[in-house]
Amino acid sequence: MAEENKENLITVNIDGQDLQVPPGTNMVEAVKMLGKEVPHYCYHPKLSVAGNCRMCLVEMGMPGRDRATGEAMLNEDGTPKIMWMPGPAIACGTKAAPGMHIKTNSPKAVESRESVTEFLLINHPLDCPICDQAGECKLQEFSASHGRGYSRFVEEKNVKPKRTRLGPRVTLDDERCILCSRCIRFSQEVAKDDVLGFTDRGSYSTLTCFPGKELANNYSLNTVDICPVGALTSTDFRFKMRVWFLKETKSIDFESSVGCNTVVSSREGKIYRITPRQNDEVNDTWMPDSGRELYKQVEAVDRLSFSSVNGSETSAVEAIKSAAELLKGEGVAIVGSGRNTVEEQFVLKAIADRVNAKGVYLVARYGDDDEILVSKDRNPNVRGALATGLISDLPAEQLSVLASQIDSGEVKTLLATKEDLVAAGLTVEQLKKVKLVVIDTHASDTTANADVVIAGLTQFEKSGTLINQQFRIQKFHKAVPGPVGSIDDLAALSAIQASLSGETMPTVVGTVWERIAAEGSIFEGLSFKGIPDTGALLDGSAFAGLAFAEGKSLHFEPKLEAAAAE
Amino acid sequence: MAIHPKEQRLILKYADEPGYTPSIDSYLEHGGYDMLKKAVTMEPQAIMDEVKKSTLRGRGGAGFPCGLKWSFVDRKSGKPIYLVCNCDESEPGTFKDRQIVHKDPHQLIEGMMISAFANNVAKSFIYIREEMPHGAKILDQAILEAKEKGFVGDNVLGSGYSCDIVVHRGAAAYICGEETGLIESLEGKRANPRIKPPYFPAVLGLYNCPTIVNNVETLCNAVHILDMGAEAFTKIGRPNNAGTRIWCVSGGVQRPGYYEVGEMTLGELVYDICGGPLPGRTIKAIIPGGSSMKILKNGERYTGKNPDGSEYDWGLEDIPLDYDGIAAAGSMSGSGGMMVLDDTVSIPGALANLMAFYSHESCGQCTPCREGSLWLKKITSRMVHEQARPEDVDLMLDVAGQIAGRTICAFGFAVAWPVQSYIAKFEDEFREYAARLSDPNADRQAIKELACNG
Repeated sequence: MAEENKENLITVNIDGQDLQVPPGTNMVEAVKMLGKEVPHYCYHPKLSVAGNCRMCLVEMGMPGRDRATGEAMLNEDGTPKIMWMPGPAIACGTKAAPGMHIKTNSPKAVESRESVTEFLLINHPLDCPICDQAGECKLQEFSASHGRGYSRFVEEKNVKPKRTRLGPRVTLDDERCILCSRCIRFSQEVAKDDVLGFTDRGSYSTLTCFPGKELANNYSLNTVDICPVGALTSTDFRFKMRVWFLKETKSIDFESSVGCNTVVSSREGKIYRITPRQNDEVNDTWMPDSGRELYKQVEAVDRLSFSSVNGSETSAVEAIKSAAELLKGEGVAIVGSGRNTVEEQFVLKAIADRVNAKGVYLVARYGDDDEILVSKDRNPNVRGALATGLISDLPAEQLSVLASQIDSGEVKTLLATKEDLVAAGLTVEQLKKVKLVVIDTHASDTTANADVVIAGLTQFEKSGTLINQQFRIQKFHKAVPGPVGSIDDLAALSAIQASLSGETMPTVVGTVWERIAAEGSIFEGLSFKGIPDTGALLDGSAFAGLAFAEGKSLHFEPKLEAAAAE
Repeated sequence: MAIHPKEQRLILKYADEPGYTPSIDSYLEHGGYDMLKKAVTMEPQAIMDEVKKSTLRGRGGAGFPCGLKWSFVDRKSGKPIYLVCNCDESEPGTFKDRQIVHKDPHQLIEGMMISAFANNVAKSFIYIREEMPHGAKILDQAILEAKEKGFVGDNVLGSGYSCDIVVHRGAAAYICGEETGLIESLEGKRANPRIKPPYFPAVLGLYNCPTIVNNVETLCNAVHILDMGAEAFTKIGRPNNAGTRIWCVSGGVQRPGYYEVGEMTLGELVYDICGGPLPGRTIKAIIPGGSSMKILKNGERYTGKNPDGSEYDWGLEDIPLDYDGIAAAGSMSGSGGMMVLDDTVSIPGALANLMAFYSHESCGQCTPCREGSLWLKKITSRMVHEQARPEDVDLMLDVAGQIAGRTICAFGFAVAWPVQSYIAKFEDEFREYAARLSDPNADRQAIKELACNG
């Protein structure tokens, strides 16, 4: 909005207050600009307008014009005379036009909201105490703020199906559904998987999947997020935790270079769910289902919970000491990771320089590009490795160069982070030929054959930054503590570098950033604290010559056809 | 069926003539398609002007001026323009379009082709009610015949203009007859009415193209406007109410049926043509234009001021039988489905019956109509099942008030108006009904019998 040409702005009046907005602005959004709220259920800023819940009814008027002369009609004091519409209008279906007036809190508007609230509640079960949505339920909130507080309904409530399985991850309670159709529109417009619809009519309308179909696409859980009530619930999350107990931590989806912004919800060190966080430049308000399951790796059975040297458990400090000793040897190569943070890659680069590495590698990971929010590049931070100078070219999927370096005896020592080298093409025999230091979170063939294993942290247990496909640097924060016996990867790498170089090294993200910003690269002027929650675009032009793998991904555009008709 | 001498038949002129069949031969023998032949020699704009001059108003319910509707069509978009004939006649009490389709389908086809030619329509559709399968067959056959003769399809009558007519059978719901719901349904979707703005059919109609939706009877009138000229057409009926109208009279009269009339009063139709109430009964009220219209009570005086300042003071039977006359009496002529309620009818029972219908037919899109209609059904049904409460009357009024004017389409009014008008006109009956039921000594059998009369 800030770049919007001021001259194109028009003036509308909301509750007596003039406001400058671009023409065509949705009035729900216009009211939001004033820090107020028009309550709504069916309207969603990233979906087409349905206008069916009728909760956003407001009074609307336009400056009057004399029919005969076409002249503007004026009040006695010379102000434009506003011709108010006889009935209320939906704010969500009203687009800003010059001189438009709306009243969001007039007696008529208040009464409209009260009646819609009454209507929505008459057939809605009164089961908030056992409903998962309680605490983040729009119906619950608006009933409190816009309801009359009593019921005049003495008839029997409608009975509809409960606990319907809509798909592998979504469970539906039809009695709670207020038929706002957000989920239907999401499936059609964003997920491009048109499987939901209503059957029956009137108050007996029932949300369901088309015959023979199920809501199984990789975006199905977004319907749960946008469901304003407790009708659509996540099969994974339902009945696990009351939402008001959850601590919310801003995070990033690690599964691809899209870098969806997320919120990790946890309580007492345990993660319960991951939901999307709005970033209009990256993921709008959506995220893939696959990214929501990543928290399960925190408590996976193969999680490394202690460091070891030559197979015996040891303290992290001992493991770091041993690692540094090994890396002082000859023929050191480094395998970094596109799953490392920018800070880790920065320190790895320093280590690589220090040990005069025979090679620095990353492992590329490719999958299908769904053209929505999962890109082909399944590493979240290859661009971080490029920007920190850790690597200078796009990585390969297999470590064949490194394999031949090991075979030829050129590489005798290996430092690997967050990668299973066997999965990346090295053989166990090759691993046995070298002194191997591994920093990782989960057991693998690589950790089984390592001389030193340092138990690191998952993305949920540490803070850091990633650079996504747009060269947008985005930060994520520690949501839960790591297991006892683990150590922050960044701290471990810094300690190794300190031991190698004899210098003191910063060990936490904030202070590492003082070094990163001082290097005079594309990071100049940035600090960890200074990166906004929605990220900051970096100048990636230096890498324009590289053939990145990503295709197009989702971006919300308002429906052009409807907009043009105004 | 014999034609009553007071009738003035234009559209149904030949329909009930002995030996007249829906075939194209019958139609041609009676001068059929002459007006289409004339139309294709005219400038399209001239036809549109003629229709505008005729002051023809829509016969589907709202009574919107047809020429004005045509003038709204976006002709600059570069997109094809569609014409849709709304033959989803489903307003309770209405059965006029059915007569045209079953008895004189070619008149509709001619009217459509004239309208299509005038508006440079790329393709036309007849959206026919699912429950009229026979009508759909007749139309299909008629279009086939008309195509053979070159009245429909490519290069109509050698004019270079081409337009096909497709018969589409509806999705069997009342709401499919709502203009934008019909368009959704025609596109193959659930017939949820669209929000306006932005989806005004004249701009973003069928497949988001400019679309004209007209009622069957309205389109047939195009033939007669060309035939007699706009000026002669306006001479039928009072100013601003030009042309004949087909009224469908049902309920407590001696001769229910459909009657096409020009200018007359409601009394002339109900008493003279339909023979008045059944022996021994009196007329209690009349629903003038289909079940969603406001009820008119017999014995009441309808007073007010005409636009010219003169005053009127009518009894029920004096109300002019046209758009403006019935509107002046506080209701609407709607679709022309007139229902006569005699003194045996229980008004609460009638309302319960109607609410059962409307709650069943609400599409379920907008909260007020979806929830309100079923709530009203539950209240009225409880009422007639001997559990009325004194506060129900006020509650119903309140609920109806919370629906009217707060929904996407006019269905909200269709639910609210009967409630509001029945209670306004018969509040005593509702109150007495409720009071009687709270009396422990009430004759419950008598109440039950009364209730079942709805």
